[in-house]
Amino acid sequence: MKEITVISGKGGTGKTSLVASLVSLAEKPVVADCDVDAADLHLVLDPQVKQLNDFSGGKSAKIIPDKCTNCGMCFKLCRFGAVVKDENKKPYYAIDHIACEGCGVCSHFCPEKAIEFKPEVNGQWFISDTRYGPMVHAKLGIAQENSGKLVSLVRNQAKMIAEEKDLSYIIVDGPPGIGCPVIASITGADSVLIVTEPTVSGEHDLDRVVELIDFFKIPAYLCINKFDINAEMSDKIEQKARAGGVKVVGRVRYDRTVTDAQIKGLPVVELTGAPAAADIKKMWNNLLQEITKITKGS
Amino acid sequence: MTSDLTIAVASGKGGTGKTTVSASLACTAADAGYKAAYLDCDVEEPNGHLFLKPAIERRHLVGIPVPVVEQEKCIACGACGEICQYSAIISINKNVLVFDKMCHGCGGCSLVCPSGAITENSRHIGVIEEGNAGRIDFYHGRLNVGEAMSPPLIKAVRSAKQGEGLNIIDASPGASCPVVAAIRGVDYVLLVTEPTPFGINDLDIAVNMIRELKIPCGVVVNRCVPDYTLARDFCRDKDIKILAEIPDDRRVAEAYSRGELPYSAVPGYRELFETLLISVMKEARR
Repeated sequence: MKEITVISGKGGTGKTSLVASLVSLAEKPVVADCDVDAADLHLVLDPQVKQLNDFSGGKSAKIIPDKCTNCGMCFKLCRFGAVVKDENKKPYYAIDHIACEGCGVCSHFCPEKAIEFKPEVNGQWFISDTRYGPMVHAKLGIAQENSGKLVSLVRNQAKMIAEEKDLSYIIVDGPPGIGCPVIASITGADSVLIVTEPTVSGEHDLDRVVELIDFFKIPAYLCINKFDINAEMSDKIEQKARAGGVKVVGRVRYDRTVTDAQIKGLPVVELTGAPAAADIKKMWNNLLQEITKITKGS
Repeated sequence: MTSDLTIAVASGKGGTGKTTVSASLACTAADAGYKAAYLDCDVEEPNGHLFLKPAIERRHLVGIPVPVVEQEKCIACGACGEICQYSAIISINKNVLVFDKMCHGCGGCSLVCPSGAITENSRHIGVIEEGNAGRIDFYHGRLNVGEAMSPPLIKAVRSAKQGEGLNIIDASPGASCPVVAAIRGVDYVLLVTEPTPFGINDLDIAVNMIRELKIPCGVVVNRCVPDYTLARDFCRDKDIKILAEIPDDRRVAEAYSRGELPYSAVPGYRELFETLLISVMKEARR
C-alpha cells in the first residue's frame, strides 16, 4: 500500500482535477480529501455517504450568566481577545466563540466556576463509496479551527480502510499553503506529488513547498500544469526542482476541456477528446515507476 | 485624499485571482490619489511582492510566547500538563517536556504552576517586511517553513499598519483560522471566484463564513466565459452583488506568469479596476 499526497503551495494549480484523474487511473485506490476547508473532490467523484460522524477538535468556553460576578478575571487572562466586555450587558463579559482558541484558561481561573468548558463539534467527516473505491472526506464547520486534527483523522481513516480492504493506493488531495493542514497532510506520507503552474507565484511557492518537504524528508515529485502558458518558466521551474531533489514526472498542457470535465462531474482522463488526458496518463505512469523504484530500493 | 477603509480580498478556492485583484486595486487606489496600503496576509505563500515589487525598508521578527521550565523549581505536580489543551507540555515524573510547535501561547501553564518553575520566552514564527511599492505602502508576513500556526503572524501584519488610509488585505485561500484572522473586523470583503463548480462550491463556504462574521461582501467573477452562468445564478440566489466580471483572457494569464498585473500590462484592464474600486468603496461605505 502506497500513500500519495498531492499538494501545491499555491492554490488553484489543479490539485483536485488531477487527483480525480489519478483516482480513475489507479488500481484499487482509496481516496482522502484533506482540503477540509474548501473540499471540492466530491463534486467529481460523487460519493455516496455510508457513514457520517461528528468531529470534535477541542473544547470551547461559555460563561454561565447566573454565576458570573463581573470580576473580570477571564477578560484579564485571555490572550486571544476572546472575552468581550460590554458594561451595558448582564453580565459584562461574554466569550466570542470565533476568537476562542479553546485553551481553557478563563474557565480554570474563574473564581466563581462560572465558565463552562466543553468539547465542541467543529465539523463532520464521512466514509463514502465512489465508483472507483472508498472515499474519506470531511467538512469543517463555519469559521472553525482545528483543521489539522481533522486532516489527520481523515488520513488515518483512509489508511485503516486501505489495510482492511487490502487496497493498493491512498490518494490524498491536500490543501494549499504550507501551514497546519498541509503539515498534517504530508507527515508520514510515502510520497508527495507537487502540482505547480509556470508563473512567478508558482515558482515562488514551489520553493517554500520544497523546503517543507525537505524538512520532513519525504520523496517528492513534480507535475507542471498548464506548462505551455509560459514554457520558459516551466523549464526554469524544472531545473530548480531537480536541484532541490524533486523528480519531474510530467507536464500537462493548458486545456479548456478540463473545466468542461469539472462541469460534467468527470475526471479529465474520462472525457473523450480532452488533450490534457494523454499528458495526465503519461505523468501517472512515470509516477508509478518512480514509486516502485523506491520500494525496490529500500 | 484620505479615507479610512479596509477591504479584504478572499476567495475560498485557491488560485482564483486574489493577488491579481488586490494588487491591482492597490495600484488603482494609489494612482487615484488615495493613501493606499497593500497588506499580504497570505503568510504561508505570499505573492503580492512578485507583482508590486516593493523596496523593503523594515523587517521585524514575530514571535509567540512559549514556556521555559526551570527543572530545579519543578515539584512534579503535573498541573501544567493538565491545563494544556494542545499537548504542548507534559510532566513525567520530575521531567517536564515542552513541545514548542504545539504551543498556542495561552499562558495557562505558567499561570497554573504553583512553584514558579515556568516562565515564557518568545519563539519566532515568521517575519514582517514593510516598504514601498511606488506610492503604495507595502506590508507582508512570511511564515517560517515548517511552522503550523499562521494566525498570530497574520494579526501582526494587520497591526503593523498604523494610521489611516485605504487598506487592501490579500487573504489566504480557504475558510478557516488564517482567513478569519485576515478578515475579521474589516469594512468589506471582496470574494474572487471562478464560474466553475469548484469555484462556486468554495464561494458558498466563504460566504457562509463571512456572514457568520457579519461583514458585508461582494463578488468578483474571474475567468468569465459567457456560457458559464453558475456564478450569476449563485449570486442572485444568495442576494450578493457582482461588482466585476473579468473575462477569461489568455493574455492575462501570460502576463501573470511573468509577474505583471493586467492593470498595467494588458490594454483595457486599467478601466475595469478603476470601475471596480469605485464600486467597492461605494459598497463598503454603505
